[in-house]
Amino acid sequence: MSDHTAGLTQAQKAEQIRTMDLLRFATAGSVDDGKSTLIGRLLLDSKSIFEDQLEAVEATSQSKGYDYTDLALLTDGLRSEREQGITIDVAYRYFATPTRKFIIADTPGHVQYTRNMVTGASTADLGLVLVDARQGLTEQSRRHAVILSLLRVPHLVLAVNKMDLVDFSRDVYEKIHHEFTQFATKLNIPDLEVIPISALQGDNVVNRSEKMSWYSGPTLMHHLEHVHVASDRDLVDVRFPVQYVVRPKSDEYHDYRGYGGMVAGGVLKPGDEVVVLPSGMTSKIAGIDLFDQEVTEAFPPMSVTVRLEDDVDVSRGDMIARPANAPKPSQDIDAMICWMTNEPLRPRQKLAIKHTTRSARALVKDIQYRLDVNTLHRDQDTKELGLNEIGRVQLRTTVPLLCDPYSKNRTTGSFILIDEATGVTVGAGMINSAS
Amino acid sequence: MTETHADYQLSQLDQLEAESIHIFREVAAEFEKPVLMFSGGKDSIVMLRLAEKAFYPAKIPFPVLQVDTGYDFPEVLACRDSWVNRLGARLIVASVEDAIRDGIVVDDGKTSRNRLQIGTLLNALEEGAFTAAFGGGRRDEEKARAKERVYSHRDEFGQWDPKMQRPELWSLYNGRIHQGEHMRIFPISNWTELDIWHYIGREGIEIPSIYFSHQRRVFERDGMLLTESDFNPLRAGETVQERTVRFRTVGDLTLTGCVESDADTIDKIIDEVAIARVTERGATRGDDRFSEAAMEDRKKEGYF
Repeated sequence: MSDHTAGLTQAQKAEQIRTMDLLRFATAGSVDDGKSTLIGRLLLDSKSIFEDQLEAVEATSQSKGYDYTDLALLTDGLRSEREQGITIDVAYRYFATPTRKFIIADTPGHVQYTRNMVTGASTADLGLVLVDARQGLTEQSRRHAVILSLLRVPHLVLAVNKMDLVDFSRDVYEKIHHEFTQFATKLNIPDLEVIPISALQGDNVVNRSEKMSWYSGPTLMHHLEHVHVASDRDLVDVRFPVQYVVRPKSDEYHDYRGYGGMVAGGVLKPGDEVVVLPSGMTSKIAGIDLFDQEVTEAFPPMSVTVRLEDDVDVSRGDMIARPANAPKPSQDIDAMICWMTNEPLRPRQKLAIKHTTRSARALVKDIQYRLDVNTLHRDQDTKELGLNEIGRVQLRTTVPLLCDPYSKNRTTGSFILIDEATGVTVGAGMINSAS
Repeated sequence: MTETHADYQLSQLDQLEAESIHIFREVAAEFEKPVLMFSGGKDSIVMLRLAEKAFYPAKIPFPVLQVDTGYDFPEVLACRDSWVNRLGARLIVASVEDAIRDGIVVDDGKTSRNRLQIGTLLNALEEGAFTAAFGGGRRDEEKARAKERVYSHRDEFGQWDPKMQRPELWSLYNGRIHQGEHMRIFPISNWTELDIWHYIGREGIEIPSIYFSHQRRVFERDGMLLTESDFNPLRAGETVQERTVRFRTVGDLTLTGCVESDADTIDKIIDEVAIARVTERGATRGDDRFSEAAMEDRKKEGYF
C-alpha cells in the first residue's frame, strides 16, 4: 500500500478521499499470456504489494529454481491452484493510486473457464485482454473480446504483451492493432485502446517505455486511471427495485414506512411522480433517506430508503419507476444465457430465476441457437446448451419480470438461473427483449 | 438535506458503503435467521455501522454473536458493549471456556484459542439454527480470501469447499441452502484495510482504544511484541518492558502482537497504514504465520 498522501495536509487528504473514485476491471488470459505477471507488475509498481508478500514469492521462486521473481505467484491463491500452476476461479485484487481505487476481477483464459470470465465481466467497467506479441491474435483473445462485448463491458483495452520478445517492433504492434480493430467492428465495443507493453520488464505498464518511442498513446496505468466511467450509468430511466421494507414499529417512528433499495437507473428526487410495478399504482416521492439524513436526489448505485406520499401497497420485488417511463411487466423473456454447470440446459426444463429483487420460476421454451464464442457463428441445430456454452433462449416465467434490455441497463437486464434441487447457480442471463 | 452531487459521481467509499448496505438488506430479506459475527475488531465495527445504516430508523433485524475466547482484551469487550447498547441489538456470547467444559472443543494446551474458536463458533451457529452468518472478512487480507464469494456456502459441517462455491454475477446473490447448511456472508469483501480506516475516520465511530497508541507492558516472542498477561506466562529469557504501542488487529491476546507507534488519532493511524510495508496479519498474527496456506486450511474447517 503506497503512501499516496505524503506531504499533503489533513484537509487535502480528506478531499482526496472524498473524490477518489472506483474502476472495476476484468482481466482474462492464461499463464502463457503473462496475465499474472502483468497483475503482479501493476500491484508492485503501484506499491500495493507488502514486503512479506514479496518475500514469500521470492522464496518460492528460488525454491523452484527460477532466476527471476515470478510475479505470477503473487496472485495464484489457492494451494490446489498453485500446485497445478493455473488459475481456476475468479480472484479479486485491489490497488489504488491517488485518484482511483481499482478492483480487478482476475479470470482464467481457457475456453473451459468461460463461465468464470462471464462472472468477472458482469461487474466490470473495463475489460483487459492480453495477447502475446509473438503470437498475434488468437482464438482465445477473440473469445475474450466477444465475452466482454456480450456482457456490455463499456471499455476495452487490448494489451499487446511481450513486446520485448519482438524487439519492441512497431510493425508487430500495428499489425495486431489493425487486425483487432477489424474484428471489433463485429462487436459492441464503444471504447477501445491498444497498448504495447512488456509486463516482465515493466514497459508502458506504469512507466513509459524508452524502447517504444514510436508509441504516443497512454501507458496502461495512465489509461486505467483516466478512463471516464461515470457516464456509463443510465441517469435517465428511473429504476428502483424495492429490496426491503423498513418499518421500525417504534414509538418514535410509529408511522415510518420506507422502501430500501439500490438505485438501478435514473435520478430520483423528492416530489417526483412515480409508479409502482407491477400494481401500476401511482404516488409521489415524499422523501429519500440515507441513514439519518434526507438527500435531495438518489442515483446509481446509491443504496437509499424511499418514502412515498400515499399509503400504497409496496413490497420486495416491486419496482418504482416513472409513469411515462417504466418497464413493461412481462413473462416471456428472450435472453442470451451462459450455462454454468455440467448437466446441459434443455427445452422444457424448469428453473428458479432471480431478477433484481424478484424471484420466480422459469420454463425453458426454446433454445434458438448456440453462439460459437470463437467465431460468432450461430448454430441453430442445437438442442441444448452445455457447460460454458452461450446461446439464445426463450423463457416463460411464473410471474412477470420488470425488466429492460441488457443493452439499456445491466442491472434490470440481467438475471441468474438456479437449479431448484441443488440450489446452485447454473446460468447467467442477459435479456434481449421481453414481450 | 445533504449536498447535491452535481456530477452524479459517487466516491469509491460511498460506492463500497452502498454495496455493503445492499448485501445486508438482501440477506435480511431472504434468510430466515441471520446473525452478525462480531470479533471486536475494526472490521466488525464497520459491519455494525453498515448494518445500522441499512435498516435505520429500524433496529438491525438480527442478533450479534461474539465468540469469547476467554483471552479477549477488556478494552475490546467494553467497546462491544457500548455499540450493542447504543444499537439496542441482542448480543449472544459463545464462550470457548464453556465449549471446552462441555467437551465441544478440546484444549490440549497446544492449540491456539483462535483455532478453538472454530468449534465454538460452529456449535453456536448450529445451536441458534442460524441460516446466514455475516463475517467481516476482506478479500485483500490474504491470498486464500481473494476468491471468496460474498455469499460463501457452508455444508452441514460448516466447511468451506473452494470447488463448491457458486458463481456470483452482477449484484444478484443466490441465497438458497438446504436444511442444516448455512451461508457465510461477507458484506465488506471489496474493502481494503485503508478503506476501513478512512471510513472509521469519516464516520467518527468508536473503536477499541487499543488501536490507538498507548503505554503497555510487553515482551518479545517470535519477533512479535505481546502483552503482559496472566494468560501468557513468560518463558525463559523473556523480559517485560513498558513501550508505546498500538494494535493493528484484535484477537486472542496471547497471540496478537502490537507494534511500536505514536499514532494516537485516526489520521495518524491512516498515515501509518499507508506507508506500512508488511500486511496487518503477517506483522502481528502468530496464527497466520505457521504456513503459507494456514488461512486456507482454517477456512476449510469453518474459520470466519
